[in-house]
Amino acid sequence: MVLQASLKNCLQLSCILRTPKVGFRSTTSGSLIIQSISDDVYQNLAVEDWIHDHMNLENRQVLFLWRNSPAVVIGRHQNPWQECNLRLLRQKNIKLARRRSGGGTVYHDLGNINLTFFTSRKKYERMENLKLVVKALKALRPQLDVHVTDRYDILLDRHYKISGTAAKLGRTTAYHHCTLLCNADKFVLSSVLKSPYKGIKSNATPSVPASVKNLFEEDPSLTCEMLLDAIAEEYATQHQTDHHITLINPADETVLPGINNKTKELQTWEWIYGKTPKFSVSTCFNMVYKDSVLDVKVDMDIKHGRIEVCNIDLPEQWLPPAVCSELVKSLTGSKFCPNETTTLTATLLRVCPQDAELQSRWNLLCENMTMLM
Amino acid sequence: VCIHRVRSCSGIRFIKSKYVCVFDKSALKFSLQQRLLRTSAVSCGQIVQFKLSDIGEGITEVTVKEWYIKEGDSVSQFDSICEVQSDKASVTITSRYDGIIRKLHYNLDEIAYVGKPLVDIEIDASKGVSPEEDVVETPPMSHEEHTHQEIKGHKTLATPAVRRLAMENNIKLSEVVGTGKDNRILKEDILNYLAKQTGAILPPSPKAEIIPPLPKSEAVPAAPKDRARKIPVPVSRPIVFSGKDKTEPITGFHKAMVKTMSAALKIPHFGYCDEIDLTHLVQLREELKPLAQIRGVKLSFMPFFIKAASLGLLQYPILNASLDESCQNVTYKASHNIGVAMDTEQGLIVPNVKNVQVCSVFEIASELNRLQSLGSAGQLGTNDLSGGTFTLSNIGTIGGTYAKPVILPPEVAIGALGKIQVLPRFNGKGEVFKAQIMNVSWSADHRIIDGATMARFSNLWKSYLENPASMLLDLK
Repeated sequence: MVLQASLKNCLQLSCILRTPKVGFRSTTSGSLIIQSISDDVYQNLAVEDWIHDHMNLENRQVLFLWRNSPAVVIGRHQNPWQECNLRLLRQKNIKLARRRSGGGTVYHDLGNINLTFFTSRKKYERMENLKLVVKALKALRPQLDVHVTDRYDILLDRHYKISGTAAKLGRTTAYHHCTLLCNADKFVLSSVLKSPYKGIKSNATPSVPASVKNLFEEDPSLTCEMLLDAIAEEYATQHQTDHHITLINPADETVLPGINNKTKELQTWEWIYGKTPKFSVSTCFNMVYKDSVLDVKVDMDIKHGRIEVCNIDLPEQWLPPAVCSELVKSLTGSKFCPNETTTLTATLLRVCPQDAELQSRWNLLCENMTMLM
Repeated sequence: VCIHRVRSCSGIRFIKSKYVCVFDKSALKFSLQQRLLRTSAVSCGQIVQFKLSDIGEGITEVTVKEWYIKEGDSVSQFDSICEVQSDKASVTITSRYDGIIRKLHYNLDEIAYVGKPLVDIEIDASKGVSPEEDVVETPPMSHEEHTHQEIKGHKTLATPAVRRLAMENNIKLSEVVGTGKDNRILKEDILNYLAKQTGAILPPSPKAEIIPPLPKSEAVPAAPKDRARKIPVPVSRPIVFSGKDKTEPITGFHKAMVKTMSAALKIPHFGYCDEIDLTHLVQLREELKPLAQIRGVKLSFMPFFIKAASLGLLQYPILNASLDESCQNVTYKASHNIGVAMDTEQGLIVPNVKNVQVCSVFEIASELNRLQSLGSAGQLGTNDLSGGTFTLSNIGTIGGTYAKPVILPPEVAIGALGKIQVLPRFNGKGEVFKAQIMNVSWSADHRIIDGATMARFSNLWKSYLENPASMLLDLK
């Protein structure tokens, strides 16, 4: 215990010492406002993890400000297939991340700001944080009609959601983070957050869709920088600390030792997709082959993101049963991932009978299977 | 009490079966003795109901989302037990005690209540149920934290029971190799260490003494005058490696590769290698690179290699054929769909450029760009990955000179290209000049292709590349 506390102190001191302009603090209390220089969602989530795991928040609190380039962020216990249009994400090169806090799915881009309030476990208090944000907004633009709901959302004009909340509680520390829509692309937001996948049965936390609006739409003079500044100022006032924002580089191992491993972990398939709670897919689709339309029924159980059980119901003899069972056997245990499935089926095709008809049927079926993923 | 005893016995058996698997049969006797030791220690264990503590914000119920442990697992204080969720907050519940998990009170997705039992933990009777445990342990939130703290200062993870055992036997924990989670020192490790010290019970495993200690003469530097300085004598201690083997099933794409490569093995391969002087081609590419760039295409050497191969296949179509399963018929493929082996995160994938026989070098380059960017994004489609008739593998971009490529069924030939090296060669006048040399290694199906055919094809391919102007004569 003693060792651990002193280690934490070392870490946070080195953090402060390395930041320019801050001046040496003789005490380790006093709240801190930090802002990330990176817009990479994985790096920024890693900073949250790092602070949660390494900083001693007994006597101090931290506000972390960050923004991301386009990304969809799902909650800890959610199902990405249920929550967003993964095909569209891949096409548009929008990143997908799973955060460690609970809650629903959100879309981030540079027109959205993220705020994380770090406290000790005992001082975890979401309402206070959100009221702080509302106070800051009203101080900036008194005419704004913003208020906090009991679901921890912030609504604009009583109707439009401009902020969503989530939280993570550990043994000694906790954090509450929320988004704030300033000038995000609402068109992309609504299209990526609509899932095209049918037939999913899952106990994963579902998101609650809401109408959203940007603060920019209400007042075009507002920018993200102004909002960040206003919130930092309000935080500084309420916590009796300097209104000074320390910039932090999420790739700097000297300030945040071990951070790059955390970033890597957040990017692994096992974390993003593999942590999806067990679910099943039960669906059917039509395939048009030459002049006929075929009905195909597919049932799959997916655990840890991998196909645990697979069942494909095809019109009789459309594919030789041996070939069909080979496909099912190979898909079992494989990742529920279009790339994995495409390369798997293309490779398997090499050892299938070299019959042009059979091969084009196989390719058609495999293409349709990947559409489910 | 009866039920409790039965439970603890079955728990021991569970743990013991793991233990027995690790050591060989001669150690069984030892383990039996140990079991008695264990029984006497643990049967007095107390089952404690670990209740779900207050979450804050007046929350009374949560949903259990993930269990990190299962019944029978050992836990230490601060180990993560489960993840629960309540109203957008995800909470990690950590253990208050060291012990063995005896019962999980909830299944996944069930609602758990604050103040009600979450798990039952069997703890050592000698320790009691005090929440203030004098255990120098780190809360295991993340693996990175452990690694970091081990680097910063030596920290041994061990439960108080293990520490007591070490102390009673005058063993320094820092000298014991931990085989538990996060290099935690387990009771077995202490007993192992003890056995080695007394040299008694466990049979000497040959692996334990990997490197014998250096003989004294080597350790002492040749400076006989300097006797005043004391030279430390290396202590004879067996070097122990505590890593564990990890077995995982082969699935998905790798499983398919196993099938394909096993089928490839049935093809009788023969190899043919040669050296290509690319000096002229290097110069030509330098001239053409900016032109391609203007058109938005990155020009590498591959488009030339691919086009030259296609020109060669026009003369030797047997190399672009396929042998049926029964080896009764050969099908000469009309299209030259030349596959290009690509190294991606997943492994080796082979997309192909379709109909090279009617494509210009620029078109091939453009198509390669498309395939490469799709490949690195993990978005290659079925069509891109199937229908190949002949393959080139540019392993030289990673390294190497000669290779022994494996033919990808249903094809009958494959070429591996080594790296381009600058080497001295003699020209026609007997002068030494700087040449850009690349090696090629062909493999072909000896059932329908003979060495002479492969050699002639290779010579033709080589001549096109060594003298690119000659390609102009035969370009379609």
